[in-house]
Amino acid sequence: MELRINGANHTVDADPTMPLLWAVRDLLGLHGTKFGCGIGACGACTVHLGGEAVRACITTLEEVAGKEVTTIEGLAKTGDHPVQKAWKDANVPQCGYCQPGQIMQAAALLAQTPRPTDQQIADAMAGNICRCGTYQRIKAAIKAAAEAA
Amino acid sequence: MEEIANLSRRRALQGALAGGLVLGLRVGGIAAFAAEMQPAPAFEPNVYVSIVPSGKITLIIHRSEMGTGVKTSLAMILADELEADWKAVRIVQAQGDKKYGDQNTDGSRSIRQFFTPLRQAGAAARQMLTTAAAQRWKVPADSCRAEAGFVIHAGSNRRLGYGALVSAAAKLPVPAADTLKLKAAAEWRFIGKSFPVVDLDDMVHGKAVYGIDMVVPGMIHASIEHPPVYGATLKSVDAKAALAVPGVLKVIEIPTAAPPSGFKPLGGIAVLATNTWAAMQGRQQLKLDWDLGPNAGYGTTEYRKALEQSARQPGKIVRTGGDVDAALQGAAKRISADYFVPHLAHAMMEPLSATAHYRDNAVEVWTATQNPQQARTTVAEVLGLPESAVAINVTLLGGGFGRKSKPDYVAEAAFLSKAVGAPVKVTWSREDDLQNDYYHAICAQHLEGGLDAEGKTVAWLHRTAFPSISSTFKPGVTHGAAGELGQGVTDMPYDIANVRCENGAAEAHVRIGWYRSVYNIPHGFALGSFVDELAAAAGKDPVEYILELLGAPRHVDLKAMGVDYPNYGASMDEYPVDTGRLAAVVKEVAKRSGWGTPLPARQARGIAVHRSFLSYVAVVAQVAIQPDGGVSVVRIDMAVDPGRIINPDRVTAQFEGAAVMGISNTLYSALSFKNGQVEQTNFADYQVARIDAVPDTHVYIVPSDAPPGGVGEPGVPPTSAAICNAIFKATGTRIRALPVDPSLLKQA
Repeated sequence: MELRINGANHTVDADPTMPLLWAVRDLLGLHGTKFGCGIGACGACTVHLGGEAVRACITTLEEVAGKEVTTIEGLAKTGDHPVQKAWKDANVPQCGYCQPGQIMQAAALLAQTPRPTDQQIADAMAGNICRCGTYQRIKAAIKAAAEAA
Repeated sequence: MEEIANLSRRRALQGALAGGLVLGLRVGGIAAFAAEMQPAPAFEPNVYVSIVPSGKITLIIHRSEMGTGVKTSLAMILADELEADWKAVRIVQAQGDKKYGDQNTDGSRSIRQFFTPLRQAGAAARQMLTTAAAQRWKVPADSCRAEAGFVIHAGSNRRLGYGALVSAAAKLPVPAADTLKLKAAAEWRFIGKSFPVVDLDDMVHGKAVYGIDMVVPGMIHASIEHPPVYGATLKSVDAKAALAVPGVLKVIEIPTAAPPSGFKPLGGIAVLATNTWAAMQGRQQLKLDWDLGPNAGYGTTEYRKALEQSARQPGKIVRTGGDVDAALQGAAKRISADYFVPHLAHAMMEPLSATAHYRDNAVEVWTATQNPQQARTTVAEVLGLPESAVAINVTLLGGGFGRKSKPDYVAEAAFLSKAVGAPVKVTWSREDDLQNDYYHAICAQHLEGGLDAEGKTVAWLHRTAFPSISSTFKPGVTHGAAGELGQGVTDMPYDIANVRCENGAAEAHVRIGWYRSVYNIPHGFALGSFVDELAAAAGKDPVEYILELLGAPRHVDLKAMGVDYPNYGASMDEYPVDTGRLAAVVKEVAKRSGWGTPLPARQARGIAVHRSFLSYVAVVAQVAIQPDGGVSVVRIDMAVDPGRIINPDRVTAQFEGAAVMGISNTLYSALSFKNGQVEQTNFADYQVARIDAVPDTHVYIVPSDAPPGGVGEPGVPPTSAAICNAIFKATGTRIRALPVDPSLLKQA
């Protein structure tokens, strides 16, 4: 399979029905995209497909063939995406495990809705679970990133 | 740490680093660090501190980082007493090894247990460096001071960096703990100030390495089909179809551990493959026939009824004072209430995972564990190896909440690596996680109270029935342990003349384990709710009534009452049950939350206060009830007194998170069994709080120089009662079973 991930071309020897999650993690060694549920119910594996947030655990390789995939590792070349910066300023992470997915979801939200309302934030982020309970800071960080943009 | 031994550099380094070095793996920065460590001897006055001639300081952190920020706060303690330059400090996660002292990162006690030992470790190093400088300058040691990585001579203003003093300091004797001069609180530069966690940058860039992210060259991936019922054994296995799945390499049976299985692997069939997905696909093709065994009849609907029956009958008396029966009979008003809390699952975001490499009669493991020493012990037992042949490397943990202190999954990886002769990574699915947890205990309680003509509570009867965690480790357990009953039952702090607490019998049919704040969840819910019910019966404001019930500030003398009360392993002298501190957080939260100010219809505030893990927390929850009965928690105010704190921002974060977990426990989460099997499968049917459920949360830390208490857990217990008390105030409906059933709150 030919994949285009973070601006680079990759060839992987895999079943076309393999979820993108396991290809990026096990075959390409990009571990920033996390496994949380395997059914698209927690958002830990969120990546961008053509700029839209998708769950890599239920997105197959054949669905992404020929399309541009962005993982947390490729969100910003220098690692200073406004969302990442806002996440650091607000000290959002506790265990940190869900945060790449949260950040990818938030970045996709802000790309489409630069000034989201509280309701738009809640709607966009409700698919991303954080068991540590960092939601309040996630909200604050998204607003700060929107202000900064 | 009574003795601070001067270990050889090699021994300490082997402990902390050997694994990472051998295989050149990706635990952050070790390779670079090791290269730097090679040429010159380091100064290592104890197992926690190492300084090389370049001046670089390594702090070895022995507790696990699962989101509390402990890796940073422990380093802050060490670095502060060491007078280190924070920028020169790097942190290495310790392997599991008894030489570090207790490593079981559980029970909200890392700071409590290691505040003083780590200060001593830092101070010992500082004192030796200062002495080395004084000797070099031939001046009295007390004319020199340490500051930010330098020793400075006051008279001449001469200064030497720590690096330049390393070889001389290494030759000095390590001062005895009682000769150390610890810094005064006013001299602290790090303790008490907010620091970002050391892994923050990695976390927001997807570079933080969790157990599930480990890569060992040549490793294969395993997915395990566990017994569908606790203790079920395999009758037959047909693995033909599984082995035909592309990528699947092998199928290996792990023998079932008979209940009570403790920390041992449950057993099952492992499918090993070239990648995780292939292993999971292969597993779906297994054809297994199980003998379901004696727990196949377990169902929580029936079990709940049995527990409730147990709680309504006289049980084993665990605290008694006065004459409850006479006081109830003579009371002007009597109330009673039954409370119920279901099984809960930890559901930390990182599913369980461990990677093991067995070779040459030894095994090295990389895993996200809260308890690396227990992981070492369990792996050694399961493989029949001495502990010295087991190395446990600890990664970051993607959440833990108690689940990752039980190393069954770690031993699975070790077992499979030995069986297959290659490095093996075991990854649990979310379904595996929810269906093979060490469950939070299901619990039924019955309370009775008697009030006199003035509305004062004069009688208190509390009965609780739940399966004990001890049942996971030994057979024949029918009652709760003293520590379990001491989480909100026997330590009831109110000044009531006639009190009796009882524990009803209950046997376990699944693995029961500790989950963030443990038995304080059901007991804190019942305690906080029943006090509110008493206030309502007395016709009084709950804040006023709680303060009245607490009585004059005093230390509750549980020992004099004949209570077997472990007090979270701490002494009652150092950590009394202090009603003054309880009252103080109640007053603070009432003041800050706008208690008593008007709210719209079907909105209200509720309050609860609870002492757990030696800390004091009062919560006011403000709820809004939708016409369909849905509950929104609009705002949470928490006043917390955890004693001395290290990193205020991370303390605040722990309480913010505890409020969210409390909301999950109150409004969403329940785990049920039918025919011995868990009915829930994943986050679709095991519900937890999401961002749309999060309230505007305010945490007020009461300044204190009392000895440090817990921070990770104590915010959870009072939250459920505060929310349900608010629901009562808003609707008149009393919620006594969790999670809240919205159909009870529908607008008529």
